[in-house]
Amino acid sequence: MSEAREQVLGALRRSLRRGDTAETSATASRIAEHRRNLIPARADLPRAEQVALFETWAVQQAASVARVSDATAVPGALAAFLKAENLPAEVRMAPDPELEALPWRDQPMLTVTKGPAREPDAVSLTGALAGIAETGTLLLHSGPAGPTSLNFLPETHVVVLPAERIVASYEDGWDMLRARFGEGTLPRTVNFITGPSRTADIEQTIQLGAHGPRRLHIILVGANADAERD
Amino acid sequence: MESSARAFKENARAAVADPQLKRALAHVKEGFIGKRAKAVAKLPEFEVLRDAARDIKNHTLDHLDLYLEHYERKVTEAGGQVHWCPTAEDARRAVLEICRAAGARTVTKGKSMIAEEIALNDHLEANGITPVETDLGEYIIQLRGETPSHIIAPAVHLTKDLVEADFRAHHTALPPERPLSEPRQLVNEAREILRDKYLAADVGITGANFLVAETGTSVIVTNEGNGDLTQVLPRVHIVVASLEKVVPTLEDVSTILRVLARSATGQECSTYTTFSTGPRRAEDPDGPDQYHVVLLDNGRSSMLGGEFQDMLRCIRCGACMNHCPVYHAIGGHAYGWVYPGPMGAVLTPSLIGIEEAGHLPSASTFCGRCESVCPMRIPLPKMMRHWREREFERHLSPAGARAGLALWAFFAKRPSLYHFVTGMAAPLLAALGRGRFRRLPLAGGWTAHRDMPAPEGRTFRQLWADRRQGGPR
Repeated sequence: MSEAREQVLGALRRSLRRGDTAETSATASRIAEHRRNLIPARADLPRAEQVALFETWAVQQAASVARVSDATAVPGALAAFLKAENLPAEVRMAPDPELEALPWRDQPMLTVTKGPAREPDAVSLTGALAGIAETGTLLLHSGPAGPTSLNFLPETHVVVLPAERIVASYEDGWDMLRARFGEGTLPRTVNFITGPSRTADIEQTIQLGAHGPRRLHIILVGANADAERD
Repeated sequence: MESSARAFKENARAAVADPQLKRALAHVKEGFIGKRAKAVAKLPEFEVLRDAARDIKNHTLDHLDLYLEHYERKVTEAGGQVHWCPTAEDARRAVLEICRAAGARTVTKGKSMIAEEIALNDHLEANGITPVETDLGEYIIQLRGETPSHIIAPAVHLTKDLVEADFRAHHTALPPERPLSEPRQLVNEAREILRDKYLAADVGITGANFLVAETGTSVIVTNEGNGDLTQVLPRVHIVVASLEKVVPTLEDVSTILRVLARSATGQECSTYTTFSTGPRRAEDPDGPDQYHVVLLDNGRSSMLGGEFQDMLRCIRCGACMNHCPVYHAIGGHAYGWVYPGPMGAVLTPSLIGIEEAGHLPSASTFCGRCESVCPMRIPLPKMMRHWREREFERHLSPAGARAGLALWAFFAKRPSLYHFVTGMAAPLLAALGRGRFRRLPLAGGWTAHRDMPAPEGRTFRQLWADRRQGGPR
């Protein structure tokens, strides 16, 4: 294996006309600095407008969004969504302390189990590290509180997103991950999710629900923007 | 993958005569071009982002060995393993060894052009392992025993009635009277069939749109979610990627992502962009136990530092073929290998040789639309011209074309003779042609499909000289 490695690296160095004792400090410092490139101005907005922009783009990409004033209203909002969509009152929830702390007793008709997704779980409920206003994108990552299978296996994925976690750009998301996991490391999986699964592989007509969720529903918590806008 | 690029002319002739293909290809022209234009119009910074994306890749390619070493170090730190593969055969062997060590019987696959390049499915099948394509387009063409005809829409050459017929022929356990004429019904059926395959697979194989040196991460960009199910459910995740996919940092990926989806499908961003780093951690509730990166060279290292280095910036968005009049007319299969369209016309000769793929760089009108939409600003027409020059220098072009060029060169190098002969020929042809030629000796390739306009009676140089003397400035 290491012979193949030397063969490939040797071929690259010959083509680049570089000696074996290459100066690595330029590349190492570029990585260490991870400087931002140009970021579109679109999401460079006051806080409330960022939340509104996030919602606009998420809806444009076929996600649905419900706003609730505070976290205690999440179980009720979830039950209402399931009823409106004619879905069974059963959810597979991420073992996330923030979600576990919600007042589930308020919804005795709702069955909540915890853990990674199993076939045929119909509805999953997860948190998210961030929402990215630029494109209405959710940022989720794997870990004890976030089984990745919940994001893809069930037909309906419901995400609880505190409005204060909405940031402008992907780059803001990377900084949040660096703050949590340190420089130069990521958890096994980081997912950017923008709307539900889709395909255009048959005659270029877009169909939702190709292999991943058919529906993506975002419960936006504590978005005071409502009051400010209306 | 076996190449039929030598038969390009026959392939193209058959493609142009295929009415079903023509119907299917109409969707390319109608769909992709308009969607891209709309998405670009919504982002004022798009052109500047193209420059930034180009610069990132140029910098990376100039330091490719160093970034790859950093990348490998980070993969290893995260508990994964990089398998360096100089050739396609090395990559096939590496994948098979990993599958065998895992005791794999079936593997699910996300869409990967590198897997096509190394003909991975045939190799796995020959060794008793069943590969299951899970991208809808790839699944359809796997049923048909075909190869992709487009790098992001592999089944774009098919109409829905053909897909319906394939599903009815293969999904025989389902009731024959079921309705299946709508795309919606076809998508649902594939979804149901593939569900069990994800759950049963021992190994999941995906490609990578990017590799990130900073964190040792591989990135896939998809809309269906099949790649994610492929890499989260099985015990082993194998990434097959070519070595030019690496970029330095997460910020750099973010910049290139902003031009990728808009150029490819005209989306603001793809539905799923997934960053994978190593296997599942000890405390993770799901995810694969093993993470392998099969890193392929297969001729790319020799493109570095030469006149085709710019081609290594390519991010496989497909915009060049979506905007190519030649691709619109003949589709992807006629090109005879993995990569069709303008990017294929440049890349294929680099990877399998100009002797094999000499027709491809000639299959261009040099209209320049490919370069004008390429998010990475790759000078595709210029590089096709480089290939034509090399082909000529190595005496690979056909005898007729060489003789014609030699004849023209003889006159072109003698301006007064050229002037004299064209001065005689122009009025003669004008008299013979009466406006147009329906048939012309030695120009059958042109007149078989359209008339050749006859000269007006005077040469361009004569008209120019008159204009310079007396005409308005």
